[in-house]
Amino acid sequence: MRGLEHRGLASADGPIVIARRSETAGYGEIVAVYGGDGRRRVGRVVDSSEDAVAIQLFDSSAGLSVDDSRVEYLGKALELRVGPDILGRVFDGLGRPTDGYPEPISSEMRDVNGMPINPAARVYPRDFIQTGVSAIDGMNTLIRGQKLPIFSGNGLPHNRLAAQIVRQARILPRGQAGEADESFAIVFAGMGIKYDVARFFIDSFERSGVLARVVMFLSLADSPSIERLITPKAALTAAEYLAYERGMHVLVVMTDMTNYCEALREVSAARGEVPSRKGYPGYLYSDLASLYERAGKIEGSPGSITQIPILSMPNDDISHPIPDLTGYITEGQIVLDRELSQKGVYPPVAGLPSLSRLMKDGIGPGMTREDHKDLSSQLFAAYAKVKSVRNLSAIIGEEELSSLDKRYLRFGERFEAEFLTQGEFEDRGIGKTLDLGWRLLGLLPREELLRLPAALIEKYLPKEGG
Amino acid sequence: MTTGRITRIAGPVVVAEGLGAAGLYDVVEVGEAKLAGEIIRMDGRGATIQVYEEDTGMRPGEPVVSLGKPLSVSLGPGLLGTIYDGIQRPLSQLKAATGAFLEPGVKGESLDRSRKWAFEPAMRPGEDFGPGSLIGRARETQLVEHRVLVPPNAKPGKARRVAPAGEYDLRDTILESESGAAFGLSHDWPVRVPRPSRRRLPPTEPLVTGLRVVDMLFPISKGGCAAVPGGFGTGKTMTQHAIAKWCDADIIVYVGCGERGNEMTDVLTEFPKLVDPRTGRSIMERTILIANTSNMPVAAREVSIYTGITLAEYYRDMGYGVAVMADSTSRWAEALRELSGRLEEMPAEEGFPAYLPTRLAEFYERGGRVETMGETVGSVSIIGAVSPPGGDFSEPVTQHTKRFIRCFWALDRDLANARHYPAISWIDSYSEYAEEVAEWWDKVDPEWRSLRGRALELLKREQRLEQIVRLIGPDALPDEQRLVLMTAEIVKSGFLQQSSFDEVDKYCAPRKQVLLLRSILEFHRRAEAAIKAGAPLPKISALPVRERLSRMKSEVPNEAEHEMRAIEDQIAGAFDELDRQYRKEEAR
Ligand SMILES: Nc1ncnc2c1ncn2[C@@H]1O[C@H](COP(=O)(O)OP(=O)(O)OP(=O)(O)O)[C@@H](O)[C@H]1O
Ligand SMILES: [Mg+2]
Repeated sequence: MRGLEHRGLASADGPIVIARRSETAGYGEIVAVYGGDGRRRVGRVVDSSEDAVAIQLFDSSAGLSVDDSRVEYLGKALELRVGPDILGRVFDGLGRPTDGYPEPISSEMRDVNGMPINPAARVYPRDFIQTGVSAIDGMNTLIRGQKLPIFSGNGLPHNRLAAQIVRQARILPRGQAGEADESFAIVFAGMGIKYDVARFFIDSFERSGVLARVVMFLSLADSPSIERLITPKAALTAAEYLAYERGMHVLVVMTDMTNYCEALREVSAARGEVPSRKGYPGYLYSDLASLYERAGKIEGSPGSITQIPILSMPNDDISHPIPDLTGYITEGQIVLDRELSQKGVYPPVAGLPSLSRLMKDGIGPGMTREDHKDLSSQLFAAYAKVKSVRNLSAIIGEEELSSLDKRYLRFGERFEAEFLTQGEFEDRGIGKTLDLGWRLLGLLPREELLRLPAALIEKYLPKEGG
Repeated sequence: MTTGRITRIAGPVVVAEGLGAAGLYDVVEVGEAKLAGEIIRMDGRGATIQVYEEDTGMRPGEPVVSLGKPLSVSLGPGLLGTIYDGIQRPLSQLKAATGAFLEPGVKGESLDRSRKWAFEPAMRPGEDFGPGSLIGRARETQLVEHRVLVPPNAKPGKARRVAPAGEYDLRDTILESESGAAFGLSHDWPVRVPRPSRRRLPPTEPLVTGLRVVDMLFPISKGGCAAVPGGFGTGKTMTQHAIAKWCDADIIVYVGCGERGNEMTDVLTEFPKLVDPRTGRSIMERTILIANTSNMPVAAREVSIYTGITLAEYYRDMGYGVAVMADSTSRWAEALRELSGRLEEMPAEEGFPAYLPTRLAEFYERGGRVETMGETVGSVSIIGAVSPPGGDFSEPVTQHTKRFIRCFWALDRDLANARHYPAISWIDSYSEYAEEVAEWWDKVDPEWRSLRGRALELLKREQRLEQIVRLIGPDALPDEQRLVLMTAEIVKSGFLQQSSFDEVDKYCAPRKQVLLLRSILEFHRRAEAAIKAGAPLPKISALPVRERLSRMKSEVPNEAEHEMRAIEDQIAGAFDELDRQYRKEEAR
């Protein structure tokens, strides 16, 4: 029965083709559709009834005609071949090797859709990852097993920041995870990105000597857009294999999620579904969750999956459905700010809208330092005040500000220039980051530091003039 | 049992023929994998079924079997401390069966049928009983006594035999009536049907949450309904966790509906370690978790809310105060929308089905304080998170929810960004329960009402003044108005702000709440008078007691009432001194 082919289509219209009734079509099963040209296109059954089968293609439908096409039902979901030697390999968006080498030698196949993790089987993530970036470590700490996206915009340095994180990320106090640590791997999913961007990451991995520990899934801008719908799933399937079956700590970089969402919208429109906001389907939230929730740690395995999805916010608008729904699912977000970037601040991590939700359990005594929690809270509060003083100053002029407000302005300038700003190859230790924070808070009067307990102020605040 | 066959599969919605004899809302086993499902429509096309598990691979022609009963939950001892999925399958048991990942088709027993419970009868043979009558008691956890009641849908009767004190499991009969009806320690109840009660009672007792901004400014009653709307990351989940941990309900039902897996794990790992300040027992002993996270099947997400509220009503019927946290009702509404879309129904606003408001109303109506069938008093309070797209409260779920709740804790993006937590806006929030609970607070402190009024008034004045300041700067304001700004800052940092991570301040006892606010407002009263007497504002803001007021919340523990009193003396002392100085200057 399997592998049986059916001739002819009822209709072929964009990414959705309708095949005539087939006893054998299971919901969600993978099919191969051949056109008159003999080319094989992969698709998936999205609606299966006794009269007709709707197939969503992951490949261009160009060249498919109603009469000459053949549909082959493969009787299983889309699968990825996994094995230890996927490390160092490059695949296309559907998981086929594109680096000129043969398929990995393994008979292990995994359904790319994965299965939901039982919440009772998760292990709550707590291990601090030092990225060496003050804006992240100090204020928006990354935790092993977290999903922490970068919200960016066109032309902002999200790729450089992501590469810096990958390069510098390590667990304290155990040394450099990036180097020669057998339990460390990187999975990269590129969706609709330009070749240059992919090249940038490959070069960066190569320079830091980790290329042999990277698995890449690339569906570049010139591949059919609907292929992107599978790319992150294939990448996460590889990540799950490495993390939960091989016990590795996997860092997954997925970029650009916006391209993924657009492909989803395209297919939804082709299916004639009722759209929700901005034409995106109502299930965009659940769909994104099925990807992002594949981050984490589970009982019975030492491995972990940490996700850094990158998305560009259309029009820099954080309330656009893509960043909005992402923020509702992920455990915080690193938001890049155009204004900061224009001021020359790198990395331009926006002070206020950025957040790490798992930070609370991964910092403090024994993990980073006793003052970390209160210090970061105070920095946020002070920087929020800077923002409102700046607004006021724009109206009444800086001269009219009170002396306290002027001190806040000075704090704000130096916070951006010294705390946020750092070199792309500068790896700051957490101690240094925190000390820097204290030094800047020294610019403010002590009575303003209400988020800091008196004992910590005594111990850490540099003495006047010091 | 009626058997039909599948004619169409489109995601979580399946159509089958040959089920004409089955009832609407019957539970069905779908396909060869026997996935759980529910009939949600019967029409010319056959039965439309929503499937609670992932149905990839299912084919037209596979069988569907109706179990001839509506979707129900099992109610009995053993619920507390358990984590269930949306259709009440115990997740720990599923983990034992299939490992860390949830596989479709796995079955689980909602309650352990063979576990023994120590039972004490309360009914005697020969006694008349009716729905809700107390049969006896079983110790479910150290904290909670399980009251075994005659189910609400049972016919009245006369007891022929009541099991003597002893150990019983859920299969044992503990009450037999003269007419031969038999009752055990547990029974089933359909989740979509509210459990009956005798009558509704006014919600006059507050649900004390330990969050000052809630208890003092926007209180919720036992039996009240509140909504917590807010954009992502503004603190809905943290607020609900804080309330679940520290509020004075007897039972907590926490429904994670379409949210993060790690948040449920957080509850699972943290709650057992937390000790209830009132009882000294682990708070997990009073908690039931329902977890249908965002990546779990969407149809089961739709039911999870009903599963949760039915468990809550069950404990309400025993005479307990139950608090339900639903995080997030928006994800539930989206599940409705997704299923409605698959059913090809006509969408109303933003793709939501036209019956969204009806469903919301039905849900919140199941909250309330009631006289139970067994003539005790119980309550179900509902706290529902709302996740508006883009943080915009004008969207349909927030707007419709507002019609059915009486307490609205609006989370504010700017406050959250400034890490002012809880980011509950004192401008956009409201509570219609304030009047009803005032009498209860009178017993804690007769000043509660006036303190509340003065604090709200002060914050409103501050908001108006801020608008002026934003145009012309603060220096243009007279001292008396700048004092309002200053005191408002103290109210914000020393009273409204309350970090869940602060060892002392994470829970604030009612007494301390009142004393804190009174001290701050007393400071304000004295400062106003001092300014009238001619003292300049900088003198007042330089008083050490000012900083002390902002720090007291975390420096003074709940029990240390004398320290709170001491601060009042300190305020009096500081201002007496100031007054003396200025009276002298005047005299000179
Ligand atoms: N009361 C609080 N005390 C301390 N921190 C808080 C408090 N409330 C919120 N936070 C901080 O804000 C973060 C986000 O809060 P939370 O997860 O509750 O947001 P949310 O509104 O539920 O977001 P989402 O809709 O995305 O689920 C927390 O991780 C924590 O860092
Ligand atoms: Mg939340």
